[in-house]
Amino acid sequence: MMSRAVDVDAEGFMTDATQWDRDVAAAIAAEAGISPLTDRHWQVVEFMRERYLESGSAPSIRTLGKASGVPIKELYELFPKGPAKLAAKIAGIPKPRGCI
Amino acid sequence: MDPQADGNAPAPIEKVSIIVSKGSLEGVYPALIMANGARMEGIEANLFFTFFGLDAINRAKHEHVKVATVGNPGLHLATWAGGIPGVSSLVTHKLAEEMEKLDIPPIPEFVEMIAESGAGLYACKASVDLFGLTTDDFVDEVTEVITVGEFYGLAAGGQIIFT
Repeated sequence: MMSRAVDVDAEGFMTDATQWDRDVAAAIAAEAGISPLTDRHWQVVEFMRERYLESGSAPSIRTLGKASGVPIKELYELFPKGPAKLAAKIAGIPKPRGCI
Repeated sequence: MDPQADGNAPAPIEKVSIIVSKGSLEGVYPALIMANGARMEGIEANLFFTFFGLDAINRAKHEHVKVATVGNPGLHLATWAGGIPGVSSLVTHKLAEEMEKLDIPPIPEFVEMIAESGAGLYACKASVDLFGLTTDDFVDEVTEVITVGEFYGLAAGGQIIFT
């Protein structure tokens, strides 16, 4: 994979969503211990990104479970260290700030 | 060893065991939010329901958990007014509407969500015996009825939060 610099905050969340592409996503995922990204991972990541670009905020875990097509149990299997946070990071959007 | 002694950041919390002892809406939600929030951060979580906290997992009662409108100074409502029939339901209903706007689920859905996130849900044996309940009274997500000793066993190595 070609190396390319993207802007991130102190916790590694991208600060410029336009620098994102699927290679960047795969690299962030690999760094977080998820490699390779399966179709199910992509379904969540793409859903998060779409919702963020539409509404300006990341969906809650509740919305992810209801509307992404991936149930909550599977979300935690795909992203064991916290689905909402990790999927947002891979999707190149800011860290979700919600408590739910 | 003190995790800060060598100048490193404090060790992250890896497990929380949260005791739910109250049966009012404002008594139950903080525990559920903290348990769900722990799982969202990849922290292992257990919920231990005791005394009236059992209402949150009681299939006949979990939809009817209400805000305490009597003896609740935070509501800034006269005690006599809080005691009028229907006031507790009304306040609960208004709060539920506001919570829905913030994407906070009702208690039955929230408990289900937390169980699906991999948290363990346990009922306190002493309270179950005291109230004459059986496992059939609880929602399917409840893992087990356990003793306080077993709870401490489960909580070992993590933080205990009493609510």
